[in-house]
Amino acid sequence: MADTHVVDAEHAHSPHLRHHFDDMHQQFDSDTFGMWVFLLTEIMFFGGMFGAYTVYRSMYPEAFAATSNFMNPAFGAANTAVLIVSSLTMALAVRASHLGQQKLLQWMLVFTMIFGLAFLVIKGFEYHEHWVDMKVPLFPGHWSWTGPEAPPQFAHEAQILFCFYFFMTGFHALHMLVGLGIMTTLLVMARKGTFTPAYYAPVEVSGLYWHFVDIVWIFLFPLLYLIGHTKKLI
Amino acid sequence: MSTVLQDPQTTETPNYLNAEYGWKSWLFTTDHKRIAVLYLISISVMFALGGVFAGLIRMELLTPQGDLVNSDTYNKIFTMHGVVMIFFFLIPSIPATFGNFLVPMMIGAKDLAFPRINLLSWYIYILGALFALAAIVLGGVDTGWTFYTPFSTTYSNTFVITAAVGVFISGFSSILTGLNFIVTVHKMRAPGMTWGRLPLFVWANYATALIQVLGTPVVAITLALVGLERAFHIGIFDPAIGGDPILFQHMFWFYSHPAVYIMILPGMGVISELVTCFSRKGIFGYSFIAGSSLGIAIIGFLVWGHHMFVTGMSMYAGLYFSLLTMLVAVPSAIKVFNWTATMFRGSISYETPMLYAFGFIGLFTIGGLTGLFLGTLGVDVHVTDTYFVVAHFHYVMVGGMVVAYMGALHFWWPKITGRMYPEGWGKFSALLVFVGFNVTFFPQFILGYLGQPRRYHAYAPEFQVLNVMSTAGASILGVAFLIPLIYLLWSLRYGKPAGNNPWGAKGLEWTTQSPPTTFNFDVTPVVTEEAYAYAKHEETHVG
Repeated sequence: MADTHVVDAEHAHSPHLRHHFDDMHQQFDSDTFGMWVFLLTEIMFFGGMFGAYTVYRSMYPEAFAATSNFMNPAFGAANTAVLIVSSLTMALAVRASHLGQQKLLQWMLVFTMIFGLAFLVIKGFEYHEHWVDMKVPLFPGHWSWTGPEAPPQFAHEAQILFCFYFFMTGFHALHMLVGLGIMTTLLVMARKGTFTPAYYAPVEVSGLYWHFVDIVWIFLFPLLYLIGHTKKLI
Repeated sequence: MSTVLQDPQTTETPNYLNAEYGWKSWLFTTDHKRIAVLYLISISVMFALGGVFAGLIRMELLTPQGDLVNSDTYNKIFTMHGVVMIFFFLIPSIPATFGNFLVPMMIGAKDLAFPRINLLSWYIYILGALFALAAIVLGGVDTGWTFYTPFSTTYSNTFVITAAVGVFISGFSSILTGLNFIVTVHKMRAPGMTWGRLPLFVWANYATALIQVLGTPVVAITLALVGLERAFHIGIFDPAIGGDPILFQHMFWFYSHPAVYIMILPGMGVISELVTCFSRKGIFGYSFIAGSSLGIAIIGFLVWGHHMFVTGMSMYAGLYFSLLTMLVAVPSAIKVFNWTATMFRGSISYETPMLYAFGFIGLFTIGGLTGLFLGTLGVDVHVTDTYFVVAHFHYVMVGGMVVAYMGALHFWWPKITGRMYPEGWGKFSALLVFVGFNVTFFPQFILGYLGQPRRYHAYAPEFQVLNVMSTAGASILGVAFLIPLIYLLWSLRYGKPAGNNPWGAKGLEWTTQSPPTTFNFDVTPVVTEEAYAYAKHEETHVG
């Protein structure tokens, strides 16, 4: 195809071609492949926690279900929606960078950041609610397991699920913060006009990362918030 | 002559060492060869530090009474020996140094795929090492290198968090190295360098990289959970609230068993290179050796439970892990048989690297076979937590990996520095390593079988003779590692210039000058023959 060859020639002279690559194709393939391998390590990282969660849930299924009732699915659902929309804006940002639509790219990055921030703000309110409810076993004096909703025989195991909740959502929020840092960098680069249809690898790989962090949440939401509601639904 | 006053390097052709000068040119370099040298220096320091701890252990065990240090101090000494040697020497050892230097050169690339991430991995390693050193200086850690809960999370009064943070951080340097290797091998091979033509050292590092990428994140999160549990006094391994401390062991060994393959696979790759070069013969069973590296990487993820036979794990799980442990021995055996077959009717010459290769094959075989004893359920119950385990582990890690590392150091020293080391001293210290090693660790098999438990600073008086032997051997081993340090440093200035290919070896790294230029190859090489085409050369010579 003649067109691709012309594009190849442009790629070969791109100022973004790093010295040790032969051409932009090789560089782009390496960048995206590298991000996929990195995401594999992230799967194993979160997988350690999901694996431990699975072990404990099979050990204490009723306790986990009862504890899950103390999570607020309204917050969780809202955050799920926010993240899915942020994934859409991220995907649109990647598309805009492919097509060289500079303004659209910048706006989509801004929207993605707004939704990412919204997620963290909602998460903050949610943590605050747990704090007020005395459901933070990590800090002495901020844990109590009383009331009709709290079966006394689960007083110990409930703390384990809350530990999982704070560790898993905490590491996830940390990844969101990193993602916001990446988005800020991308926005600065985009405003300088760095990205062209011939060079958009940073947007592409950052998009992969952003979607991955969203997908982790898609698993966290049901496993932490919804397992207690199965009986009510049936 | 005026040139005498100049740095000898400046009189030579431009290369990666004299391309730039000054500390900045090293600390901000993105050249994989310079980063390899940075790693070489850093891990040598950590090796020396770990060696000091080993020396203290052996000095304490010279007498049956716990008289040199008290038991608390002894706990800290063996813990720091393990942490430093495993996480800061053995894990990075061959991949971060020779892998960094050679993988791009062997596949005909100018650099690794992500040079800046490569440099980042070194800084991460240094940061992790600083945390580990801080833990040592502040007062040490006494949990053993395995950080078993609930001791590590609740009861230990030492600097567990500092050490765990150090290991956590250094894990990411390992992950980034592995990531770089995987992408480089997939995307950066020179024209004609097919997967079937990759040198076996590259295959070994590729398999290692898979483990680094898949296993290390799990130990990272596990240690993070331990650290959080220690910081908040509550967490998921806490038995007081129904947590399962054994789960920690499962998660720890899910990484740390494959991690022993991170430590040994690159060594096997080195031996494949050495054996074929010094036998002047193509490797026997190339695809089997390459495939067995992948086999070890894959099966190695399924055997972690053999560290936990006595934890009260289900008997059926024990059977499963025992069976798979037998299976993972098969690919290792394939390698040993293939190396032996490669040497069969080869024109073997006995240079220093080959002596180390011989040492590796013998010692690794002993280490591997005693691993089968430990993988057998009944025998393992008898020797669990005895010196038998210590001896087995050191036969694989020192007799295997460190010996391979020394072999690699001598084999590629001319390429890295452009200078030859003194061959006589090389051979002498290689033999001394072999002797010292066996005198140190063979008695420990017997001690363990007779029932001396590991990790105690005092022992029954009837074990003293064998312990004195072991300590004597350790002294020999210590000297045997000091001699190369001296003559290798000496050779930097006074060694004979090596030339491009002092061994007459095959492989792209030997087609360039020594030391190589910054971009390795002036023209991207085109590969037209299989790896290790020594036999072809012979045929043409004869014909």
